[in-house]
Amino acid sequence: MTKMSADVVIVGGGIIGCATAYYLAKQGVTDVVVVERDFLASGSTGRCGAGVRQQWGLKMNILLAKESIKAFETLNEELDTGLDIEFKQQGYLMLAYTEKMVEQYKKNVALQQSLDVPARLISPAEAREIVPYLNTDGLLAATFCPTDGHINPFTTTNSYAIAARRLGVRIMTGTEVTGIEVKDGRVVAVETSAGKIHTNAVLNASGGYSREVAAMAGVDLPTYPERHQILVTEPVAPIQGPMVISLHHGFYCQQTPHGSFIMGFGDPNELKEHVVSSTWHFMEEMAAKVLPVLPPLAQLRVVRQWAGLYNMSPDAQPILGEAPACRGFYNAVGFSGHGFMLGPVTGMLMAELISGKEPHIDISPLSLERFEKGELLREPSVV
Amino acid sequence: MEDRDTIICRCEDLTREDVRKLIEAGYTTVEEIKRISRCGMGPCQGRTCHQLLVREIALLTGKDPAEIPPHKARPPIKGIKLGTLLAGGEKHD
Ligand SMILES: Cc1cc2nc3c(=O)[nH]c(=O)nc-3n(C[C@H](O)[C@H](O)[C@H](O)COP(=O)(O)OP(=O)(O)OC[C@H]3O[C@@H](n4cnc5c(N)ncnc54)[C@H](O)[C@@H]3O)c2cc1C
Repeated sequence: MTKMSADVVIVGGGIIGCATAYYLAKQGVTDVVVVERDFLASGSTGRCGAGVRQQWGLKMNILLAKESIKAFETLNEELDTGLDIEFKQQGYLMLAYTEKMVEQYKKNVALQQSLDVPARLISPAEAREIVPYLNTDGLLAATFCPTDGHINPFTTTNSYAIAARRLGVRIMTGTEVTGIEVKDGRVVAVETSAGKIHTNAVLNASGGYSREVAAMAGVDLPTYPERHQILVTEPVAPIQGPMVISLHHGFYCQQTPHGSFIMGFGDPNELKEHVVSSTWHFMEEMAAKVLPVLPPLAQLRVVRQWAGLYNMSPDAQPILGEAPACRGFYNAVGFSGHGFMLGPVTGMLMAELISGKEPHIDISPLSLERFEKGELLREPSVV
Repeated sequence: MEDRDTIICRCEDLTREDVRKLIEAGYTTVEEIKRISRCGMGPCQGRTCHQLLVREIALLTGKDPAEIPPHKARPPIKGIKLGTLLAGGEKHD
């Protein structure tokens, strides 16, 4: 086997790995290898709801999501691969059913507006103008941001990969990372099922497997996998513009540009293991949650259900940066269910960091050290 | 018949030409083609197109069709209305 080497080795060919590879190459770091165990987007990225929103309660999340959405808006032109990322930019409608939630949403909207995100608090009647079949029983208020939306995760990931390859990045699919060699506290090589790659920089972008991959470099991550289920219906004519999300019920529901509806909900009792099987119970509970709010969807046939992993961190916020215990070992993990939308901005920031530049957004609050220091972040608006 | 007139996936209206272009672009597994083109993701769950797709991959890559891994079949076996699921789901409440 010929001796392989690279400036940067990226573990994982999901949105994070492929976007980072592209932005590294765009900055001139083209000696990059992406190692993916299966095929591109075979992990969480290809299993996700692919909603993109700026309606967060934490300044960091709003800034990151805003930057990502700006990038998504022109990504087809920028990557120019012939694939369409199918950005349906028709907003997110977030429903509030309790006084406490209304208060929180008021604060969120004020913060979002102060950061130039065009979100607004609206009445139940206004919400009905946006989604005419919304049942407003019990609804107190809602927030709406017209520039949020939905994207095709497969074409997006593949577009990044094609554009990265065009700039010189090598992508090895069907190849597993089996070990990481560390000498004197610094990464020196990555072992794969296709041989050893000598390198001084590794990016852990392995999604649900982040903890296992970090352990190969002797880095202990507080992340863990959590199964989340999702379903899709047959396609119908366009009837719903925005993603409808109710944190009270815990569900989200979107009609894709293709016409099908996708929906899921957060189940606190979900398995915290590497399982991606799906359950009948999920479909029944999904129907019970969504139909009282969006009654006409009762007519839609579910054609498929599946599951994927959230890579959870203790404060449900990503972990970005170089690991203090191992020089040259970078993490972009722990996205806790909102990593697809953060793909472009994470790719840009990690590319800056790995190539020795100052990241253009200060991501030091997202460092791994925050858990030791007890400086946890609190995002009030997660599914 | 021309490749662009031959339908591989009826639910998603995918022609033999569409599929061949994807295989030529390097998407040589059923799972990849399914995700990038929705081939087999329609209401029939790939029952009609799956064999045709495997055959196209075999023809263009020179592989034995028996060596091409089939797609992962996902539940439900047959489309089921959300309203019907709700009727069944009430038992648990
Ligand atoms: C049901 C569901 C709904 C979601 N909805 C949304 C949403 O609406 N919006 C949103 O922004 N996010 C959503 N998410 C979260 C989103 O999917 C993830 O945060 C995001 O895709 C993470 O991307 P990634 O590239 O880090 O991970 P992944 O896509 O999981 O990629 C990691 C890759 O690493 C590979 N890998 C792992 N170990 C190894 C190894 N040892 N060697 C080689 N390769 C390896 C895996 O095969 C995988 O392909 C959802 C997730 C789920 C499960």
